[in-house]
Amino acid sequence: MNEALLRSLTPSVLAVLVRRGADFAAAEDAVQDALIEALRVWPADPPRDAKGWLVTVAWRKFLDATRADAARRRREDLVDEEPAPGPAPSVDDTLQLYFLCAHPSLTPSSAVALTLRAVGGLTTRQIAQAYLVPEATMAQRISRAKRTVSGVRFDRPGDVATVLRVLYLVFNEGYSGDVDLAAEAIRLTRQLAAAIDHPEVSGLLALMLLHHARRAARTASDGSLVPLAEQDRGRWDTRLIAEGVAILQTALARDRLGEFQAQAAIAALHADAPTAEETDWVQIVEWYDELARLTDNPVVRLNRAVAVGEADGPRAGLAALAALDASLPRHAAVAAYLHERDGDLATAARLYAEAAHKAPNLAERDHLTRQAARLNARRSR
Amino acid sequence: MAKYLLLKHYRGAPASVNDVPMDQWTPEEISAHMQYMHDFAARLEKTGEYVDGQALAPEGTWVRYDGEGRPPVTDGPFAETKDLIAGWMVIDVDSYERAVELAGELSAAPGAGGKPIHEWLELRPFLTATPNVTECH
Repeated sequence: MNEALLRSLTPSVLAVLVRRGADFAAAEDAVQDALIEALRVWPADPPRDAKGWLVTVAWRKFLDATRADAARRRREDLVDEEPAPGPAPSVDDTLQLYFLCAHPSLTPSSAVALTLRAVGGLTTRQIAQAYLVPEATMAQRISRAKRTVSGVRFDRPGDVATVLRVLYLVFNEGYSGDVDLAAEAIRLTRQLAAAIDHPEVSGLLALMLLHHARRAARTASDGSLVPLAEQDRGRWDTRLIAEGVAILQTALARDRLGEFQAQAAIAALHADAPTAEETDWVQIVEWYDELARLTDNPVVRLNRAVAVGEADGPRAGLAALAALDASLPRHAAVAAYLHERDGDLATAARLYAEAAHKAPNLAERDHLTRQAARLNARRSR
Repeated sequence: MAKYLLLKHYRGAPASVNDVPMDQWTPEEISAHMQYMHDFAARLEKTGEYVDGQALAPEGTWVRYDGEGRPPVTDGPFAETKDLIAGWMVIDVDSYERAVELAGELSAAPGAGGKPIHEWLELRPFLTATPNVTECH
């Protein structure tokens, strides 16, 4: 049984229940129960109509739960066996689910968890494993999120930017536990792109594909980070790159630039260079300028300083860096790199060690420590 | 979405405001303190922010490798050890600000006289395993 196919049916099944009048939280629970039952039953007894099966089972689960609930509360006025047809949805149901799960009233971590469950069809356990928290904690996070959005009308269009931010967060989490969140984010973004025509959705999808294409080359066999310039470009996935570039070009042609398109353009320029030396750094600097205009993100200006260092030499990069706040994350790492390129190995080694001390993750810390050790060994020889 | 460790010290933290050793509290004050800690953890579980919490015995053993084919050397506990961890709580929160807010609440646990201890807790961010996907270029 293809679990991804099963999960791809999640949002439409959920939407059917909601359209039939089930409230979102109860419908979501019922769909989750149906998915778990499908995982159990389908391998031996696959249905001919997968979606029909899921709708039937989910609706039965919903009725059972509601009846149990109603019996408990001595209320019998809620449901009947055959659902009345709901109002015709004005906006695509799947899209509505994305908006609901990324609703601005949710915290980022709640929106991520709810999206992965209600749109992605992942189980609470899988989401908990992916984010390395206990299942009970994740269950609470999800049920709180559902309560938070329970009053939100299902038929109003939302802001696509909030949805993109959630999907971007999921993608950035990468791969941990037994759930590949990067691949899941790509799947959900593809599904979103099919539901709405928006250049920034395309931009984000292109960005994800272009980064994902480099995944195999990004880490060495011992798990250590391989910087872009040293990656074996033969290991980049050319099919994903071609797809990402094509999606990006179509989006850019519409002349409604946004930050994800600009980020994807930078990733595309890297993907386009046959060797690190052939990278078009001048164009990359121009895209960073665009990006800085679109977002007021200091990290963008930091990355721009690296690009300036490549385009116009390390001195120019250091000059660009001097204008930035030294307390920015990775400031020391960028400074170390530019000083090494400039031939000042003593300063570079010191800054690499400082950057390692401040690194926000193990892989980067190890990488920066190795850089400092490499320079120190060279200097003492 | 970041994990933080809230560290509680037996020794090594700056003095609390309400700095009376626990063995000089009334039994009711001890119960109130325990209840507060329990409620705090339960509340965090409800908000979906709780990951783990453990208490540690004050005395442990120091161990080191002593060469091929030899048993490890053990030593201690050392009375002069400056930094002695009493226990921890791990939280998973949306921001540093939220982590500080929660640490502040935990530090308000009642002690002698039923007054908040104002205990210094150490807040340490976890290092994640890998950088964000889009950060590695």
